[in-house]
Amino acid sequence: MSKLKLSDIQKIAEHELDFQRAYMHRINVCCSSACVHLGALKLLKAFEDAIKEFGVERQCKVARTGCVGTCSVGPVVILDTVGRALPRLYQSVTPEKVRKIVQDHIVLGLPAEEMLYKNDAFFKKQRRLILRNVGKIDPSRIQDYIAMGGYSAIVKCLATMTPQGIIYEVLNSGLRGRGGAGYPTGQKWSMVARAHGSPKYIIANLDEGDPGVFANRTLAEADPHAILEGMLIAAYAVGAEKGYIYARAEYPLAIETLQKAINQARAMSLIGENVLETSFKFDIELRLGAGAFVAGEETAILASVEGRRAMPRPRPPYPANSGLWGKPTLVQNVETLANIPIIVQNGGAWFAKIGTPKCTGTKCFSLTGQINNPGLIEVPMGTTLREVVFEIGGGVPEGRKFKAVLVGGPSGGCLPENLLDLPIDYDSLAKAGAIMGSGGIVVLDDTSCMVDTAKFFTDFCVDESCGRCTPCRVGLVKVREIYKGIIEGNGKMEDIATLEKAGAYIREASLCGLGQTAPNPVLTTLRYFIDEYTEHIEKRVCRAGKCFKKEKEV
Amino acid sequence: MLESDLGEFGQCLNPPFWRLGFLSKDDKRRVMLEKAMEEHDYQEGSLLEILHRAQELYGYLSKDLLMELSGSLNLPPSHVFGVATFYSYFKFKPLGEHLVTACLGTACYVKGVEEIITAIEREFNLKRGDPTADGKLSLLVTRCIGACAMAPNIMVDGEVIGKATREEILEHLRLLLGGVKAETI
Repeated sequence: MSKLKLSDIQKIAEHELDFQRAYMHRINVCCSSACVHLGALKLLKAFEDAIKEFGVERQCKVARTGCVGTCSVGPVVILDTVGRALPRLYQSVTPEKVRKIVQDHIVLGLPAEEMLYKNDAFFKKQRRLILRNVGKIDPSRIQDYIAMGGYSAIVKCLATMTPQGIIYEVLNSGLRGRGGAGYPTGQKWSMVARAHGSPKYIIANLDEGDPGVFANRTLAEADPHAILEGMLIAAYAVGAEKGYIYARAEYPLAIETLQKAINQARAMSLIGENVLETSFKFDIELRLGAGAFVAGEETAILASVEGRRAMPRPRPPYPANSGLWGKPTLVQNVETLANIPIIVQNGGAWFAKIGTPKCTGTKCFSLTGQINNPGLIEVPMGTTLREVVFEIGGGVPEGRKFKAVLVGGPSGGCLPENLLDLPIDYDSLAKAGAIMGSGGIVVLDDTSCMVDTAKFFTDFCVDESCGRCTPCRVGLVKVREIYKGIIEGNGKMEDIATLEKAGAYIREASLCGLGQTAPNPVLTTLRYFIDEYTEHIEKRVCRAGKCFKKEKEV
Repeated sequence: MLESDLGEFGQCLNPPFWRLGFLSKDDKRRVMLEKAMEEHDYQEGSLLEILHRAQELYGYLSKDLLMELSGSLNLPPSHVFGVATFYSYFKFKPLGEHLVTACLGTACYVKGVEEIITAIEREFNLKRGDPTADGKLSLLVTRCIGACAMAPNIMVDGEVIGKATREEILEHLRLLLGGVKAETI
């Protein structure tokens, strides 16, 4: 492909749209990790065969797509028909069912009702900005992304906006970092833009180490170019020359998709020297993590990209002033970056109207645990937990009782039923003792024991503590020992006070976010589920029947 | 102190020794590893990438292999060992012929994966991390493979089994191991 100019992007989009309109039906087969595990790749061939059999090749196009979020009923197929506002979603498709779908839906024009996904409530309360292209485009084709208006934001920036103008829009949008801490993105950008030193770097953080969270993975698998475009705009705004995407090695499909996207973008001169024949240059490289939760921390990720142990260091100096190899570095979560093209396209003021005044925009959550509709969702900030758990998630399975919802991954907080009307935003969650984290919501029902759950997360944090600072390294081990005592039936009433005290110390004295948030599950379970602790200690009883197992078995 | 007093690690003191190369130069894997290092220009910052490539080629990182890398990249062995052991993705023991990886993420834990792990350990008489005595099966535990909606997840030889049940997994493994009766406890 020859070198492209700014005006060429629009032409490619028009050309691609014409090409797509030639087909009446577009069959999008979800090929993200979850559906592939369930055999989605076999469906691609099955559809091709069935289409040939019925002789409808000229009406249908079969394509791969990313995850639409309904992972529990995979493999999922999305049938988009020209002239229909909403595409049809088929669930649990097997190669045997494919023939019937093609026959009914495409040849006869009547959707195969019994296989349709009927749970409209799952999508009703959602608003999809970050996941705007999911289920519509083939992540392995850059033309698909361009046809949906992709890369037009960077064209707009390069052609008509100054770096200061972009930062102003981002500031105006009120966007806050989606990695968990919620630092205002615009402020971070202006810090990096003002910082002295060259070259400047950007790190896109895809080290989604929280167990139970897969929002960033889904984004990277479904819409990798949105991340690249966000990085490009950020680079232009802060004056960076080189970007790294730091991805977990446990996400092979996401890595493959991103690498392909980078290669395509480079071939079209969207990244590299002289982006789209302008003087702006920016290159992106992929770096692999190696299984360290703490590597998602802002300063630890720097060490890891430099090829050292992922250990955080005290701040200041902030990465904005002294980051990778001592140069100014912008560290940003991939979800934050995926928001940038929409902000540039629609303006900061438009974006600021979504969500709550203090917390604008939408947020992706991975909804898992004991719930009817687990999957990936995107809701405006300020949506209540009740709406997420009961309306979108469909509540806990039949015959069970809702007990708690864990927000924010292993260092989040367990919130009880009476806090379900809490709106989801950084500040409300922090007040209740939880954190936004990278967006994990795990629902627990009455088969889960809160003491055991708190111990599970403490175990995780002990494993993942890097060992640099004492409160986290030693304190968490002590906390774990106390839990072990309680669960084995040797608990004392003083333990509760000790746990509270230790938790507060660890939170106050730890160096980085991991230690500062690690006691959250301990402190919130103590705050909201103290009854279970006293039962364990005084009566040696576990409501859920999880603890004291050893005694029972002997 | 004599170098021999330091045992195996005495080798570290003598740079030319490890530069000789412990691993056969004719080994195709060694050639590919060298190529990977060349691509990264033998940069210190590429250590993680090189370790990934090495594990991909050899299956695990042996002591000899790490020493070799330390020499080639001109980094102290302590640095290479320190970095490699910091990250849980790197393995230092050979794996069994078949590999079961249990996901111990939050969603899988809530859905009772621990029970399945214990059942596998009992049935095949092995511990997580170590292979069985006959080297047929290894059991690893990982933190979240990101397929939480399908929890609990067990990966058998790279293939994910979602919504796994204890019986299903045990049966699958028994078949895989060719019906060889494992010792019972």
